[in-house]
Amino acid sequence: MSDVSLTVNGKRVSGSAEDRTLLVHFLREHLGLTGTHVGCDTSQCGACVVHVDGRAVKSCTMLAVQASGSTIVTIEGLANGADLHPVQAAFKEHHGLQCGFCTPGMIMTATDMIARHPQGLDEATVRAELDGNICRCTGYHNIVKAILAASQAMAKGSKGKAKQAA
Amino acid sequence: MGIEGVGARVARKEDKRFITGGGRYVDDMVVPGMKHAVFVRSPHAHAQIKKIDVKKAQGMPGVVGVLTGKELKADGIGNLICGWMIHSKDGSPMKMGAWSPLAVDKVRYVGDAVVIVIADTKGQARDASEAVEITYKELKAVVDATKALQPGAPQIHAEAENNLIFDWEIGDGKAVDAAIKSAAHVTRMKIVNNRLVPNAMEPRAALGHYDKAEDHYTCWTTSQNPHVARLVMSAFYNVAPENKLRVIAPDVGGGFGSKIYIYPEEIVCLWASKKTGVPVKWAADRTESFLADAHGRDHVSTVEMAFDKDNRITGLKVDTIANLGAYMSLFSSCVPTYLYATLLSGQYDIPAIHANVRTVYTNTAPVDAYRGAGRPEATYLLERTMETAARELGVSPAELRRKNFITSFPHQTPVILSYDAGDYNASLDAAMKAADYAGFAKRKADAAKRGKLRGIGMSCYIEACGLAPSAAVGSLGAGVGLWESAEVRVNAVGTIEVLTGSHSHGQGHETTFAQLVNQRFGVPIDSVSIVHGDTDKVQMGMGTYGSRSGAVGMSAVAKALDKVEAKAKKIAAHLLEADEGDVVIENGEVKVAGTDKSLPWFQVALAAYTAHNLPAGMEPGLKETAFYDPSNFTFPAGCYICEVEIDPETGLTEIVQFVAADDFGNIINPMIVEGQVHGGIAQGVGQALLEGTRYDASGQLLTASYMDYTMPRADDLPSFKVSTSNTPCPGNPLGVKGCGEAGAIGSPPAVINAITDALGVADIPMPASPSTVWSAIHAKH
Repeated sequence: MSDVSLTVNGKRVSGSAEDRTLLVHFLREHLGLTGTHVGCDTSQCGACVVHVDGRAVKSCTMLAVQASGSTIVTIEGLANGADLHPVQAAFKEHHGLQCGFCTPGMIMTATDMIARHPQGLDEATVRAELDGNICRCTGYHNIVKAILAASQAMAKGSKGKAKQAA
Repeated sequence: MGIEGVGARVARKEDKRFITGGGRYVDDMVVPGMKHAVFVRSPHAHAQIKKIDVKKAQGMPGVVGVLTGKELKADGIGNLICGWMIHSKDGSPMKMGAWSPLAVDKVRYVGDAVVIVIADTKGQARDASEAVEITYKELKAVVDATKALQPGAPQIHAEAENNLIFDWEIGDGKAVDAAIKSAAHVTRMKIVNNRLVPNAMEPRAALGHYDKAEDHYTCWTTSQNPHVARLVMSAFYNVAPENKLRVIAPDVGGGFGSKIYIYPEEIVCLWASKKTGVPVKWAADRTESFLADAHGRDHVSTVEMAFDKDNRITGLKVDTIANLGAYMSLFSSCVPTYLYATLLSGQYDIPAIHANVRTVYTNTAPVDAYRGAGRPEATYLLERTMETAARELGVSPAELRRKNFITSFPHQTPVILSYDAGDYNASLDAAMKAADYAGFAKRKADAAKRGKLRGIGMSCYIEACGLAPSAAVGSLGAGVGLWESAEVRVNAVGTIEVLTGSHSHGQGHETTFAQLVNQRFGVPIDSVSIVHGDTDKVQMGMGTYGSRSGAVGMSAVAKALDKVEAKAKKIAAHLLEADEGDVVIENGEVKVAGTDKSLPWFQVALAAYTAHNLPAGMEPGLKETAFYDPSNFTFPAGCYICEVEIDPETGLTEIVQFVAADDFGNIINPMIVEGQVHGGIAQGVGQALLEGTRYDASGQLLTASYMDYTMPRADDLPSFKVSTSNTPCPGNPLGVKGCGEAGAIGSPPAVINAITDALGVADIPMPASPSTVWSAIHAKH
């Protein structure tokens, strides 16, 4: 057993877990954050993507103890109170989800993707970047649409903020 | 159409919880005292169980129970059954082999469940499962259905000689033989429809909880039809009587057919919960899903299509062998028969059809309905044959289809179905226009300059949805009726709860069903809650599959709304001292037409519950129930066009354009309908290009993870061009046909027709992976 201390969605949490416990299982079973899902056993599907110290990580590829000391954001911590994150809002507006199972991983991947492409995204880039996330319901059509729309909305938003600051 | 009414592009109500991590799936459930289960599964495709020793496992840390099939049988738990009786052409009933939820004497496929191990944590259960010692005597296995029929093949069930389950036929064989004999041209093909693994993203899971004090069971399960699960587990598996068993299917992460069936795991978890005195949860890992979820397709067919000198089809003869795997799954028998051969007329006026279908046991996972279920197999066979015929006859594929289209309705096919409405020229025209079919030659020439092989292919599909008229399916062998139920409860403050027997696992019922209520009463959809998936809340229902929730489920809601509307009008007429016939309900108000007299909707609801001033003899309350049994199937149809570019150096196929023109009848929410089409196409393209299930000769599944089984990913697919051309369905009150399966049905032949067009080859097997395509190119040269 090992002690695990994390900052998750802005809160400091600690617990003790078997050494073999994966980060995803620590989040789901020890912290009750069941929004992060497990869809495969080979780190292929991406349903478990969370942000670890600001980067998108498949939380099934990391031991909980390895993550100790990190700052984690899960799907539960993405919205600002009642205000949806622009990526969450775009997924809803563009019907980027059906059964919802892959959705948390898709949204966490998308927010990271948008952050890494401040110059903007095109369809080919979004599709290539989504290679590590599998969806069986949507055929990706509306997920791609939602991510492109969120990317644009966020670019406009940050320009607006920059103007305000100036 | 209001902004939230029928036909409006309304964003989904259910999305809020899914995009914020608030979805509640079975594996998210925690019950006090809950323990975790792991199943020990057979590593052999075919073997006798000689000995099971659980002692060592029982002594492992955290273990609370290690249970076997012998104990399960001793407690009277029944065998799994197939619920649709098919008779062979000699009149004998199908040969159903015994399927124990935990194997007792013999295992018949890799993944067959043998022992359940229950421990404090899943890790402990997994450790202990590795300590269970099972001695097997391996037997020879057979995985190929054609080989399984050969004399001397391994015998899988004592009940089924030569592994033949049934040998069934439909149609007029003599008439077809005569048509072939006198034909001006006959197109002959061998058609293989590859085995697929459905792969809903949420793996199956079950949580069984026996409450000793109440002598009552609760089962949380990843089900598309919780009421059918309760019925079957009570009536056939002796888990518990229906009144002592509650089945809950909460948020379910996709189904595509694979979550219709009642599998061994949920039965065993419920039984084990009583046996061990603790709630027992099992959640499949992905490899378990590959091994033990019901697979789809796996047909091998020969087809002969006869034409007269004017290129009109005069007859169609089909012979199919369908692999049903090691056991007969719940609806496995109806898929290659009444959901397949009855669709062999396609969109065409074919005077004579005959199909012979043999279903076969093999040492592979059970095969049952997967998105489309029988209809993709029929469409693939027919549309590949039409394309080949056009090439052989030297006519355009579009014109050959057009010449043979059914154009007047109703149309009685020679294989049972009577098509009620459709306009096949309209969808063909729409698709060809959207695809700029006329401009293809130029695009092909441009591609050639870049060293690419460009091809175009089409597919005109029809499907039978809205399953189904109960008496009709009963006469064909179904063990259940296929109606749907609905209850509309208007609360005293005017908000509304709709209880439905349909189950949403991605389809968006919480929005579309509410749109129906909004259309009727003008109540905002936020004031309408859709309740489903819990046998304690909804009295009875048949669930969601076969694109039935719109045509059947919503029709039941419409019927219940009729009754509520009638009573509300009576109450309003009484309160407003008007004639009942003059009362109308609009925009949340109940009005007397042509006057300024009106009441807000909530006041009528309140009056129904205060009951201070109701018409003489009227019962208080405003709540109505309806059961809707459809009068016919519905017949969605459409045309899909796929355009590909192939890199001859690598064999890689790129889909450069995919067009879908569908006729789904009336549409409740176009955004959701388009989403269903996108997802269906992706699965169909997956079948055509990527997804192949491979067993080796000994019965080991070689494609049992996402490292080996190629799921369609975002960069395998283009954005799709979808449109609809609607002829309302005359058979149900809403005029809807169903849209859930069309994409998966219509797309595989369009893709393969495009690839064979690009390569100039007669055929190519699915999945047309780069290596398959590369080999085809190099075999040619």
